[in-house]
Amino acid sequence: MNPTDLVDVESLRDDVPDFAVGDTVKVHVKVIEGNRSRVQTFEGICIARKGSGVRETFTVRKISFNGVGVERIFPVHAPVIDRIEVARRGHVRRAKLYYLRDRVGKAAKVPEKRESTPA
Amino acid sequence: MARKAILGRTLGMTQVFDEDNRVIPVTVITAGPCPVVQVRTRERDGYEAVQLGYGKAKRATKPLAGHFARAGVEPARHLVEVDLEGDHEPGEHVSVDQFQPGERIDVTARSKGRGFAGTIRRHGFATQGESHGVHKVHRKPGAVGACATPSRVMPGKKMAGRHGNERVTMQNLEVVRVDPERNLILVKGAVPGGNGAFLTLRDAAKAPARAGGDS
Repeated sequence: MNPTDLVDVESLRDDVPDFAVGDTVKVHVKVIEGNRSRVQTFEGICIARKGSGVRETFTVRKISFNGVGVERIFPVHAPVIDRIEVARRGHVRRAKLYYLRDRVGKAAKVPEKRESTPA
Repeated sequence: MARKAILGRTLGMTQVFDEDNRVIPVTVITAGPCPVVQVRTRERDGYEAVQLGYGKAKRATKPLAGHFARAGVEPARHLVEVDLEGDHEPGEHVSVDQFQPGERIDVTARSKGRGFAGTIRRHGFATQGESHGVHKVHRKPGAVGACATPSRVMPGKKMAGRHGNERVTMQNLEVVRVDPERNLILVKGAVPGGNGAFLTLRDAAKAPARAGGDS
């Protein structure tokens, strides 16, 4: 255990759902406009999870309305996140899905994870 | 002059989120409680200061043991004289609660030793080209002076040599959080020295420029 872990504990969230690379996630982000606060969702494929503890981040990639790929990197424990929703579990064989950046259309899809069948 | 000071040790660096949900890099410092070992007075010593102790001495020589016994405190590993506000008596303790979040402090420590370092690392010289005809001099300092006049190298010329392992003070670091219960103080950014380095924390000697005008 690192000596700084005691400080990190205060920043850690306990409501982070179990999600993995390849999953389609809806990230509800708190947006502050002037003195008004509202929640915006950013939905896309989680293509990477990096780091550990309070420093852990994840990257969400989505194809925007006009077909441009948009990626956002969130700290997993960021207080700016209202909640994270897992929309779909993906079946992937990589820890980082950076290859999706070079693909468009159907090729950029991640197959859905089948329910694990008894071996 | 209102002065505050404490002695401590670097635990390591991490990050915290501020009220605007931004990530703030912080150094976690465990500091104090430091016993006051001696009080220097203008009448007796010609200047005013408070001698603080920190850490536990593995063993103390007889003269030092007597010095600590006079204050009624355990022998400390480190002894530092600092400017402290208010009246202090030997035997009392100072802790981190004298600092407030948002305050600016100066942190003094011994920097990490870098051994015999070249001019690029030691003085920030530019490197020569990696190509375009540069041959075997990529990280060399280049010329060190003129020719027949002065026909010598000027004193103080920046050259390679021992780097680091010297006393360094970082000024105007922001206090992010103070935890008096666990004797922790979180300072924004890095401080000199590695993890476990002995630190002297003082309130900022130079008033930081205040952009917003708040106090």
